Amino acid sequence: MIEVKGIYFTYPTGVEALKGVSLTIGDGEFVAVMGQNGAGKTTLVKHFNGLLKPAKGEVLVDGVSTRDVSVAKLARKVGFVFQNPDHQLFSETVEEEIAFALRNFGFDETTIEKRVTWALNLLDLTEYRKTSPFMLSGGERKRVALASILAWNPNVVILDEPTIGQDHRQKENLRQFIVQLNGQGKTVVVVTHDVEFVAECNPRVVLMTEGKVVADGEAKKILTDTTLTLTASIVPPQITQIFLGLKDLGLPFDVIDVSEARRILLDYLEGAKH
Amino acid sequence: MVIIETKALTYTYPGGTKPSIRDVSLSIEKGKFVILTGPSGCGKTTLCRCFNGLIPHFYGGELKGELRVAGLKVDEHPIYEMAKQVGLVFQNPENQLFALSVEKDVAFGLENLGMPRSEMKERVNWALQMTGIEELRERAPHELSGGQQQRVAIASVLAMQPEIMIFDEPTSFLDPLGAQKIFEVINELKNKLGVTVILVEHRLDLASKYADQVIIMDEGNIVLDGEPREIFNSETAWLLGVGVPKAVRLWNVLQENGLVLKGAPVSSEEATQFLREVLKR
Amino acid sequence: MSVFEGFRFRHATSPIHRLDPRVKFIYVLAMFIVTLIFTQFLPLVVLFFLQVPFVFVARVRREWLRSLRGALFLVIMIFVFNFGFSYLYQNYTTVASLLEYSLAMALRFLVLVESFSVFFLTTSPDHLSLALEQSRVPYEFTFAFTTAVRFVPVLAEEAQTIMDAQKARGLELERGNFLKRVRNYIPILIPLIVSAIRRSLELAEAMESRAWGATSKRTNLYVLKMKLGDLVLLFSSILLVAIGVYVYYFVPIPPLSRFLPPLPF
Repeated sequence: MIEVKGIYFTYPTGVEALKGVSLTIGDGEFVAVMGQNGAGKTTLVKHFNGLLKPAKGEVLVDGVSTRDVSVAKLARKVGFVFQNPDHQLFSETVEEEIAFALRNFGFDETTIEKRVTWALNLLDLTEYRKTSPFMLSGGERKRVALASILAWNPNVVILDEPTIGQDHRQKENLRQFIVQLNGQGKTVVVVTHDVEFVAECNPRVVLMTEGKVVADGEAKKILTDTTLTLTASIVPPQITQIFLGLKDLGLPFDVIDVSEARRILLDYLEGAKH
Repeated sequence: MVIIETKALTYTYPGGTKPSIRDVSLSIEKGKFVILTGPSGCGKTTLCRCFNGLIPHFYGGELKGELRVAGLKVDEHPIYEMAKQVGLVFQNPENQLFALSVEKDVAFGLENLGMPRSEMKERVNWALQMTGIEELRERAPHELSGGQQQRVAIASVLAMQPEIMIFDEPTSFLDPLGAQKIFEVINELKNKLGVTVILVEHRLDLASKYADQVIIMDEGNIVLDGEPREIFNSETAWLLGVGVPKAVRLWNVLQENGLVLKGAPVSSEEATQFLREVLKR
Repeated sequence: MSVFEGFRFRHATSPIHRLDPRVKFIYVLAMFIVTLIFTQFLPLVVLFFLQVPFVFVARVRREWLRSLRGALFLVIMIFVFNFGFSYLYQNYTTVASLLEYSLAMALRFLVLVESFSVFFLTTSPDHLSLALEQSRVPYEFTFAFTTAVRFVPVLAEEAQTIMDAQKARGLELERGNFLKRVRNYIPILIPLIVSAIRRSLELAEAMESRAWGATSKRTNLYVLKMKLGDLVLLFSSILLVAIGVYVYYFVPIPPLSRFLPPLPF
């Protein structure tokens, strides 16, 4: 469980990135931290594994303050997948890359071998076991980065803008993978500005703007609230936009999903027939 | 008037085992807004680099087939000549800005061309105005947001007044609002200046409403080429895993349920409009 | 890093900032020559205080103090070295004169640091590259220089991100013996280098696409024109050297001990 208690954070450059943020993420939750670029999303989640320590307030991970424990120790519980895989790839083989964290955490060689095989399998990378990560395509490198984090089986997985530069199919695969991870009991935190991606998953949404949390609740309620989306400068999902335009016909507008949209429209037409 | 024409264009990167683009034949008319899309690795980035001469001059490799851009045969002209007709804006805003001030960056291309100072100053002012970033002119690129940086990149390319401007996934690093602004700027350039626009994008929900033509590639080939409405509606686009706009998906899904619908929306505004008509019936 | 802060350009509008960098460089050169002429304490003190008004006019007092503070270590070393060396080899007349000489050597270094510091604090890299260009340095070099300066903050940020990413995988940079610590930096250096290479490729593509190499007669958006202030500084610098040479040859300089109460040695 991650508890954030009234934290403030200012970067050395003087930018005040977090201005009093409080929230709690329970085990097994699926949370999307949303907001425009510069709202403070990445700054917030970097507090979850101790990379950043708050200037005021505190962050507790399973009851322990992040100030009292090293990043390496917190990392055992909280895995962080960075936006750009090239910022972490350095090994000669994919195998080595995945084993890196395991070695840092002191696992024995037999366990490492097993975990590496498991992670390769999970992300469909078995054929690349002995390949250099630099030889792989962009999408494959992203999977290697993800595999190298999941290898040590952290309870919490944070993904920072995982959909950037991905094509539709890759995003779909990623979405299904994340849902699967969450289904296995992992706490998943996704930092993203991709509204359509979130609309497909309908997780809990923590909406941020200018260093503060302006909303915390169901994706459906938040992404369809025009006052909120305007304040946070985010664009509502396309389906919502369509229904907002049909408000005057008496149709509900808290719709974010295609199948629900279809159901509503068909029902309306059925109703209109009589 | 056709401004880009290719016939059976095939290209293999040096050391590549198979061609990145294969037998590509297309024609693009002057002043049109063309969206080029397709799954990762389909060859769209490679194709763009052929249009301004980076292929074959910068990358080497084997380029076969015919390619004419703005009346020039690309393999016969060095990149700096092509640059006068074809501008290319890249994905990462940070890596296209060299100078320590926005002004200087916008002037970069013109300085390279040896333009006299007074003319350069006018062009720079004009380009800054067209992209709406005049108040940023003395700022350093590192201080700017991603969206602002991309507008600087666009201004720097625009300053050379090319007839064709190609944008290779320009909004990848931007949030949806930033992306929208960029598409608006690009559309302005097309409308006000008659620039031929080629936009490589995955985010079709935001960009599709501007397109006159959509070309979808897969594995180096052109698979679909035509009007946005028919392309997005096609089964093939869906099967390829192209990010067809949700509005279109809704339309398809309604049609599957037996609704008889005419026309197909390409944007959420259109969808609202069309739905309104259907529901009023 | 504080000593470097004393040399990094600080953006401000002051008459010093507006001066032509070429002329400022000539001033620094003049300072350099005059400083090297003298080995006596007094003229060096004069030279030190002569530059202080520049610092205030340019509003870079804080950064300038930092550069002096950073140089303090070397200043002390120079003093100790000169004093110790000459003392050991009996290479002096009186202890007082040796003290004065060592102090002068240390001060000389400080005066040089001072003038270079003011130069770099008040000259933007853009201005500097423009000066280089107009001084007929081939454009490839000035371009490499400005681009490097432009990307320093970007690379610094990237290095931090890479460190964060690896720390989040359990990498502990603070632990272990010397050898282990060096090895620990490999997961940071490699991504940094790879990223730099990728970046250069993208930059090259962008350069080519903006007509790089179209003509050898490159023009420039800005041009440096010498103004009255520049001519004044230029003249003053030449005058300074002239006065320095004159004083050296014709004006006897009293030793410091003349002004101090009699010392036991």
